[in-house]
Amino acid sequence: MAQHSTTPGALRVTSWHLATYKRMWKMNVLSSLIQPLLYLLGLGVGVGSLVDRNTGSSSVLGTTSYVAFVVPGLLVTTAMGLAAGESMWPVMGALKWHRGYHGIAATPLSARDIVLGHATWIAVRCGIAAGAVATVLTLFEQTRTWGLAPSVLVAVLVGIAFATPIMALSVGAERDGMFPAIQRFVIIPLFLFGGAFYPLSQLPTAVQWIAKIAPLWHGVVVARGFTTGNVDWPGVAGHLGYVVLWIMVGLVLATRRLGGKLYP
Amino acid sequence: MPEPLIVAHQLVKRFGEFTAVDGIDVEVQPGEVFGFLGPNGAGKSSTMRMIACVSPVTSGTLRLFGLDPATHGPEIRGRIGVVPQLDTLDGELSVQENLWLYGRFFDLPRAEAKKRTVELLEFAQLSDRADSVVEHLSGGMKRRLSIARSLINNPQLLLLDEPTTGLDPQARHVLWDRLYRLKQQGVTQVLTTHYMDEAEQLCDRLVVMDQGRIVAEGSPRSLIEQYSTREVLELRFAAGSNEDHARQLGDIGERQELLPDRVLVYAHDGEAALAATHARGLQPESALVRRASLEDVFLQLTGRSLVD
Repeated sequence: MAQHSTTPGALRVTSWHLATYKRMWKMNVLSSLIQPLLYLLGLGVGVGSLVDRNTGSSSVLGTTSYVAFVVPGLLVTTAMGLAAGESMWPVMGALKWHRGYHGIAATPLSARDIVLGHATWIAVRCGIAAGAVATVLTLFEQTRTWGLAPSVLVAVLVGIAFATPIMALSVGAERDGMFPAIQRFVIIPLFLFGGAFYPLSQLPTAVQWIAKIAPLWHGVVVARGFTTGNVDWPGVAGHLGYVVLWIMVGLVLATRRLGGKLYP
Repeated sequence: MPEPLIVAHQLVKRFGEFTAVDGIDVEVQPGEVFGFLGPNGAGKSSTMRMIACVSPVTSGTLRLFGLDPATHGPEIRGRIGVVPQLDTLDGELSVQENLWLYGRFFDLPRAEAKKRTVELLEFAQLSDRADSVVEHLSGGMKRRLSIARSLINNPQLLLLDEPTTGLDPQARHVLWDRLYRLKQQGVTQVLTTHYMDEAEQLCDRLVVMDQGRIVAEGSPRSLIEQYSTREVLELRFAAGSNEDHARQLGDIGERQELLPDRVLVYAHDGEAALAATHARGLQPESALVRRASLEDVFLQLTGRSLVD
């Protein structure tokens, strides 16, 4: 009998994802950087100059510039988009196409380890992507702030909060046809109407409430508190508690459904 | 007699209304190569999945190493190796990454997993392909890698579900040779197959399954002796006339079996049966005398041929 190390099961699953990622990380980091930076340029320079000139950002947005307002939104939506993608096709692939999850199910590891391991991996990916964006933002005086560091962590939390419920959906999905629908009807609308690029108060009340159901806005509010230096700690606790609730519900559902698929 | 490695008693697996496994009794001894033989849908894979502790038992009892899969699933899975019907290899990773990363799932320390990887690459004759990406391997190589991967945790029991389905004859023989080596090393093996020659080559003992039940049990030789004559005469007549001709064969041989494309005559002396056929003035388009095989056993037991 071999002597055993004692790495937790979920982390053994995470290291498997890491090994796959090693083959493509450069392309990956680059492409997850490009999109948010394009938005930053397009919105910051284009829309930003318009907003700053016409309304005076400090009164409406509570920030010195429009770019400063958009920064936390960029970090958190970057994590949201990445996490959503990583919990769709890769999950279906591991279950139906290359069947990697079935390979793991034959070992002492459980459905819980697989879900936790995959979610941890997505957290790492979100951390890398949001961290890369934050690093670039420190290059510019307008966007340089210590608040970027905690904002990356908030982005990671929001990422997992999208990842775990979507994993639960992906595990139960028969075909990958629903994934573009999730992107079009959930992720993109939240991106546009989730409070990332303008205050939610600009929207009709009903839309505001819908946006507040999802974890995105809660994360953006907290991250914006950090980057602007107006931290409302009880608010932070409340918003992040709600984000964590999404994570927990997603974990429970995904684990239960995956268990049913792997151990029928 | 040592303690059996696997004991199943009145084992049942249901999926909703459908009964896949319908009350089977099986014991597998350490060091044995045991086979489940039967057509697709006979319940072989469902049985294997219960034994692999990835499918809960509906009713009856199942013990592996004396442990109950319902309460000791992870522990049992840590002591067995599984070669699934469909490969679960990671196509984007290299051959050796597939091996040692799988070892990590069993919590093998990194150094140990890498050491085992070198040994298993040798065993699977894949040492020179260690750095190849898996999706570029041939079917036979992938199969050998799957077997090597299933051995990463030094299992006491190896489960193989249709190990050579879809492989060309040469690749099958290479694989059989590897499995025979494992047997010589004392690894207990349980396999399913619908290939008769595979069961005869590999298994010490087997059960024939049909519609979720065990219909016969024994060594390949004893099953043939019990359920078939020593030789079989295969006759082919002009298309569409097999049935008429079969009637005219009368009492030649012990027993006759009419198949869509030929007539089988079970006889202890096949040549004598063929002579008797000619003596009646029957002129088959082709005639072949062969030794009886497990295919004949299955035909006798179920009235159906294995590969429909």
